[in-house]
Amino acid sequence: MNDMSNPAHAAIKADIDANDVVLFMKGTASMPQCGFSSRVAGVLNYMGVAFKDVNVLADEGVRNGIKSFSDWPTIPQLYVKGEFVGGCDIVTEMTLSGELDALFDAKGVAYDREAAEKIRAANA
Amino acid sequence: MAMEAVEIERLIRAAFPTAEVEITDLAGDGNHFAATVTAEEFRGLNRVRQHQLVYAALKGKMEGSRGELHALALTTKAPE
Repeated sequence: MNDMSNPAHAAIKADIDANDVVLFMKGTASMPQCGFSSRVAGVLNYMGVAFKDVNVLADEGVRNGIKSFSDWPTIPQLYVKGEFVGGCDIVTEMTLSGELDALFDAKGVAYDREAAEKIRAANA
Repeated sequence: MAMEAVEIERLIRAAFPTAEVEITDLAGDGNHFAATVTAEEFRGLNRVRQHQLVYAALKGKMEGSRGELHALALTTKAPE
């Protein structure tokens, strides 16, 4: 639950306000430190989506704060245009169903549709 | 202490008494599970809300480094 008296929540809010796509993850986009974070960062990279990676391992306040901020107990967490999309399971499901493309279309986020189709073809 | 599949199932069934619940121990280590929950309660809710209800049913067992349950791959849906 969003609590602006919590400095971590304020920092999280600032990140998701300033960036169209934000991934709160363990490690960085170029060096993920958890398989679930790696999978979501990998999908975004492959689809050519520009995103800000926030390494929760670098900040204990954010690591705990993101869980209460989103009311979500696990990491990674994906935000698009300020809206919480989900964690690894939901993003994977949405990638394979095409719902992630639809979300990016609706939110005006650029991505490579051919790459998304390739992911779906490879997992069909 | 790792959670048992039966305990996960019990907590989910307590919250969703009429749900179909299927738990799979992914790695055989009592620590990485997949759960598929089909519950009428999910109808009309987006996936985030559906998963939040399941996490709430698990009463903090997913939380942080003290969480007994490291990984629960979750699939939720309303009945067809």
